[in-house]
Amino acid sequence: MAKNLPQTGIISWITTVDHKRIGIMYAVTALFFLLFGGIEAILMRTQLMVPNNDFVTGSTFNGLVTLHGTTMIFLFVMPLSAAFFNYLTPLMIGAPDVAYPRMNALSYWIFLFGGLLLNFSFVAGMLPDGGWFNYANLSGPKYSPTHGIDFWVLGVQVVGLASLIAAINFFVTILNMRCKGMTLLKMPIFIWTTLVTQVLLILSLPVITVALVMMSFDRSFGTGFFDPEMGGQVIMWQHLFWIFGHPEVYILILPAMGIVSEILATFSRKPLFGYSVMVYSTCAIGFLGFAVWAHHMFTTGLGPWAQALFSAGTMLIAVPTGVKIFNWISTLWGGQISFTTPMLFAVSFIAMFTMGGLSGVMHSSPPIDYQHQDSYFVVAHFHYVLYGGAVMALFGGIFYWFPKVTGRFMDETMGKIQFWLYMVGFNLTFFPMHFLGIQGMPRRIYTYAGDQGWNLWNLMATMGAYITALGGVLFFVNLIYSCFNGKRAGADCWDGRTLEWTLASPPPEYNFAVDPEVTQLDDFWVRKFDATGNRVEPALQPEIDPATKHLPNPSFWPLVLAFGILLLACGPFFDAKGIWLSVFGLGVMLLGTYGWSYEEA
Amino acid sequence: MVSDHEGALHATNTGIDNRKFGMWVLIASECFLFGTLIANYLVNRARGLSGPKAQEIYEIDITTLSTFDLLMSSVAMVLALHGCQNRDVGKFRFWTGIVVLGGVIFLGFQYYEFSHFVHNGLGLTTSIFGSSFYLLTGCHGLHVLAGVLWMSTILATSFVRGDKWFPDVPLEVAGLYWHFVDVVWIVIFTVVYLFVYI
Repeated sequence: MAKNLPQTGIISWITTVDHKRIGIMYAVTALFFLLFGGIEAILMRTQLMVPNNDFVTGSTFNGLVTLHGTTMIFLFVMPLSAAFFNYLTPLMIGAPDVAYPRMNALSYWIFLFGGLLLNFSFVAGMLPDGGWFNYANLSGPKYSPTHGIDFWVLGVQVVGLASLIAAINFFVTILNMRCKGMTLLKMPIFIWTTLVTQVLLILSLPVITVALVMMSFDRSFGTGFFDPEMGGQVIMWQHLFWIFGHPEVYILILPAMGIVSEILATFSRKPLFGYSVMVYSTCAIGFLGFAVWAHHMFTTGLGPWAQALFSAGTMLIAVPTGVKIFNWISTLWGGQISFTTPMLFAVSFIAMFTMGGLSGVMHSSPPIDYQHQDSYFVVAHFHYVLYGGAVMALFGGIFYWFPKVTGRFMDETMGKIQFWLYMVGFNLTFFPMHFLGIQGMPRRIYTYAGDQGWNLWNLMATMGAYITALGGVLFFVNLIYSCFNGKRAGADCWDGRTLEWTLASPPPEYNFAVDPEVTQLDDFWVRKFDATGNRVEPALQPEIDPATKHLPNPSFWPLVLAFGILLLACGPFFDAKGIWLSVFGLGVMLLGTYGWSYEEA
Repeated sequence: MVSDHEGALHATNTGIDNRKFGMWVLIASECFLFGTLIANYLVNRARGLSGPKAQEIYEIDITTLSTFDLLMSSVAMVLALHGCQNRDVGKFRFWTGIVVLGGVIFLGFQYYEFSHFVHNGLGLTTSIFGSSFYLLTGCHGLHVLAGVLWMSTILATSFVRGDKWFPDVPLEVAGLYWHFVDVVWIVIFTVVYLFVYI
């Protein structure tokens, strides 16, 4: 049955198990959700532009705060990183596909349905309003009686399942499917950061899964895990959330660090400085990332011992991070630097991320954290690391690998204008927030009085947001324009170092015609020089008749199974009768599982 | 996991089949899942303002019996795999059936235990101790149920596909899962049922 599915058209995309197509679907969906998250940000900044504004109501503002954070983290940065994992992992390690192609499709569909479920709160008119960390017991049934919080709880639960499935897939792919000669310390650095990210996902997602189940039980079945009146503890939610939530921060930033490392080395025309130290510091960050969650909770009164330990642990993370920053600078040092658009984004990452990191080290000291907690200083800090850091790197990655994916370059002029709009807009928005925080402006308030000295900084921040929005519009114009009219790109269009550049742009469906073999780190780059250091033309991958390669069959069972999971998660919205919807969803899941199991892969 | 094809096409770097490796990774994740549930139970086991307390309601002899049953089903799992690998279809089917039976009996014990507890006044929402108990053991019960479905599917497939069908790797993967669910129960038995006595 599955073998007769078409190779082109909409059905072929719905049933695809090709990691490259799934990567593109991840990227398109993530950019679609970026529009949502961006518009939410613009609405908030418009509300805060002047004191005593009534552009949106307080409760709408609470919903916007929550959905902006949740969307940007779970539906934009994570899936866009997953798009890079999907597209690049097999190409960079010389594999024909990921370890479980159908599971890969499954995780995409689950993610898509989870994202839609979360955003369906707009249609239902019940926005989740507990903030992105949804603290108990504000989020309990007593203080949040509508289904708004349920959209958040179940949406994040479903999206988390997608991430877990994808993480297992990539972890096994990287450890099991590398080409001949690619030992662990010969893998591209992006593959290393991907690998450590998967470890973080595999071990931290189950914790939030349990926390979300407990929250669902509190809300739907009347338990009191987070309700003090029933003997529960609100602090329990904070611990469980941040045991997941702090590794999550590194889940967002590590892939970006990998992307930046690849871009900096390529456009400096030098090997990455201190590759092995880079690998070790990535592992160290991943390990320490699990031991510092309570620095989000200093003001809850943990006691001096816990505060001292978590404070020291947090400061310790700055060491491997600092090592990375010096490695990036040393990679640039003495290189033949070409300031293409991806390079601009990568270099700005170093500067912006360092600034965010410095304010982060400030928070690691509890007495200072007491002052910063829940103020705009914290908002400034995490936007510097996640926006100036992760998002800038991801944009750089899009500009860098777009020619590989589409066979066309993105427009450099538009790209550079976008970069400067972003740089100016971003700093104009978030640098003044440091001052606002120090002056005592709390985060998440929907309006403020005009006599507190906050007016100028807020106005500046809003202007910055508008400038960034212009850059965002320009990016989408560039993306669509370049898909059709971009300059043609060859196989090795950036003079690259890793295996994906040995393939045609876009790569053939079967990836590698000849199984690649590497002998050293940056093998493709080294092969570009002969023994005396002169440039030679390295061999690229030949193209062959696709019919001679065995490819996994397309399948629509992943979609069926994911749809069953969506139905299961929709049950709680219909109160007493919803149980039947959930049971029906379970039935669809069983159907999907059995159809999947008995299908020719 | 019943089909033999996925993941078997290429030699792997570690020498471990992709499907087996994936199960090991899932087990790592599940350790954190149950770790969180057990930690939550330990925090809450003496909390709650109403309802019976742990030492008043647990029936250690019944639970010991069901623990013994689950442990023995793991032995059956080993023998089923042994039969499969030795191409002995009778042994493979018989012991696979015993695994399913062991799982079903365990679920029966759990059903009895839950209804007995509810009858004695400990519902899901009675106290925070009860909620944590049901969440932890219920989650484990769902894992047993999934294993029972999985193993009965393998058994049914064996009858459909005939005497020459020996799913070595899928059965081994299912076995990894079953042993893990068993090991988790040993931890739960210790932490939940035996800690009452210290």
